[in-house]
Amino acid sequence: MAILFFVELAEGKVKKASFEAASYASEFASSTGKEAIGIALGTIDDQQLSDLGNYGAKKILHSNNTAFDNFDANQFAKAIAEVATQVNADTIVISQTLAGKAIAPSISARLKAGLVAGAVGLPDANLVVKKGVFSGKAFAYVKVDTAVKVISVVPNSFGAKKGSGSAGIEAVNITPASSRITVKEVTRQSGDIAPLPEAELVVSAGRGMKGPENWGIIEDLATALGATTACSRPVADVHWRPHHEHVGQTGVAIRPNLYIAIGISGAIQHLAGVNQSKVIVVVNKDPEAPFFKAADYGIVGDAFEVVPKLTAAVKAFKASQH
Amino acid sequence: MKFLVCISLVPDTTTKISFIDNDTKFNNDKVQWILNPYDEWYALVRALELKEANGGTVTVINVGSAENDQVIRKALAIGADDAIRIDATGELDSFAIAAEIAEVVKSGGYDMILLGKETISYNSSNVGGMIAELTDLPFVSYASKLDMNGSTAHLERDIEGGKEILEVDTPFVISCAKGMAEARIPNMKGIMGAKTKPLNVVTPKGIAPLTTVVKYELPPAKSACKMIAAENAEQLIELLHNEAKII
Ligand SMILES: Cc1cc2nc3c(=O)[nH]c(=O)nc-3n(C[C@H](O)[C@H](O)[C@H](O)COP(=O)(O)OP(=O)(O)OC[C@H]3O[C@@H](n4cnc5c(N)ncnc54)[C@H](O)[C@@H]3O)c2cc1C
Repeated sequence: MAILFFVELAEGKVKKASFEAASYASEFASSTGKEAIGIALGTIDDQQLSDLGNYGAKKILHSNNTAFDNFDANQFAKAIAEVATQVNADTIVISQTLAGKAIAPSISARLKAGLVAGAVGLPDANLVVKKGVFSGKAFAYVKVDTAVKVISVVPNSFGAKKGSGSAGIEAVNITPASSRITVKEVTRQSGDIAPLPEAELVVSAGRGMKGPENWGIIEDLATALGATTACSRPVADVHWRPHHEHVGQTGVAIRPNLYIAIGISGAIQHLAGVNQSKVIVVVNKDPEAPFFKAADYGIVGDAFEVVPKLTAAVKAFKASQH
Repeated sequence: MKFLVCISLVPDTTTKISFIDNDTKFNNDKVQWILNPYDEWYALVRALELKEANGGTVTVINVGSAENDQVIRKALAIGADDAIRIDATGELDSFAIAAEIAEVVKSGGYDMILLGKETISYNSSNVGGMIAELTDLPFVSYASKLDMNGSTAHLERDIEGGKEILEVDTPFVISCAKGMAEARIPNMKGIMGAKTKPLNVVTPKGIAPLTTVVKYELPPAKSACKMIAAENAEQLIELLHNEAKII
């Protein structure tokens, strides 16, 4: 028996979330006497795949068919389901990335295998899995009633656990189903700053910043920290900031290690998308701002004075680390 | 073109969540139900815009009991032509819901099946991909833009840190994210008209769920917030390093 995990690729690299999926699958496999096997679809050099061995994977199956270089959920689901049957996997682990959110339900429906979407922990002895519900306001414990199970894991919830080990790479021959989707163009932000859904450090600001021209101090703090920027909904709605930065119940839900909220009141709909963050810092001039109730650290003060101080302190801290 | 928009009911975004029966059931008491914002703001409104531009019909579909009818009528008030409610009750999971909808899709001759990127209640993002798989239709998830040229759709889809531009021919299933459309508020004429639009109730096939929720839990209460004086703002960085060990 095996636990199969999906190795997601982007631009010829293994996505960060897939190392976490490997750790999750491996830990679950070793507690149940099984083997964690990865499946990678598309162009990548095997050297990169073997790194997954450090996260507990025993073997990576790789189809380098270029048909998989473009993403089509049905095509990927069919291939993964086929491999799962071949290797006799009773659990399929997928990271709940944007692609994972499309692949996991497709596999589930194809194999009639129950799916827990958005797991935040390993299955317990009764194979019950914890997942977030009501946009971060609660958790549900879900029991899968089928022999084969699909689990999608929320990025940055379980953690990628690096050890040492090696994974053998084996080529697999899968005939891709012909895709009915034509990918015309893919654009990605450049630079080393992690996209918001994957970010570990996030600096976010709201209407308290008064206008888009004042975002310079927010960006400076984010740059000093190596953090990704985010914003509240009204700020995106009036186009002070791009839509993809909008976090909350109706925007992106994130769970970074650090969320710094500046000039954001902390409305329930905003909190719903960020309250799973490990540490929350709030900077607000109003001591009664509801956000302080959800925060770990708080500073009551004017953002225009406090934020540059924080940036200077981060720079000093970084300099002292060298 | 025939559009089918899947609509789900969720607790209003300000709802204080609680559970009953030993934390095995969601507490419905005093909960105000609304259309799932993504289904309403993005999927439904974009379908209506495309219908207004190119003609066709927009049908909304919901799986649930008669208690849902009042909220389903809101979708009709916003502009949908008719509604289907699959009269299923009891604990259903995403698979059971998707499988019931898939039965309607198979015989309905729809060109496009739209839904929101996820519900704000179960946050699973499951139903779209499952319907697509069960009906063997192509699936595009997290679309932020959709334009039609004849029977070919030009789409943008969110990916981490970027966008993908795609083309797909009808029929297909699409989950909709921010950027697709702007929310619409129903007007008086819409609200009056909604009362007489058809809301067809169909008998469910009774497809069994594949998963069950055994228990719910509220997150542990946050410990008190540690306050730092604005004059000493720089102390935060030291605390983040030494105490929280996050940087
Ligand atoms: C259905 C629905 C869905 C929603 N979804 C979302 C969502 O996904 N995400 C989201 O963010 N919102 C969402 N909202 C909106 C939400 O209710 C709030 O209106 C919004 O989050 C408020 O944004 P804000 O905190 O930036 O602005 P405000 O509420 O105006 O708060 C501004 C804050 O800045 C502080 N401030 C002002 N000046 C300064 C200064 N110089 N220095 C420091 N602090 C200062 C103020 O004290 C105040 O607390 C939703 C609402 C609804 C009805």
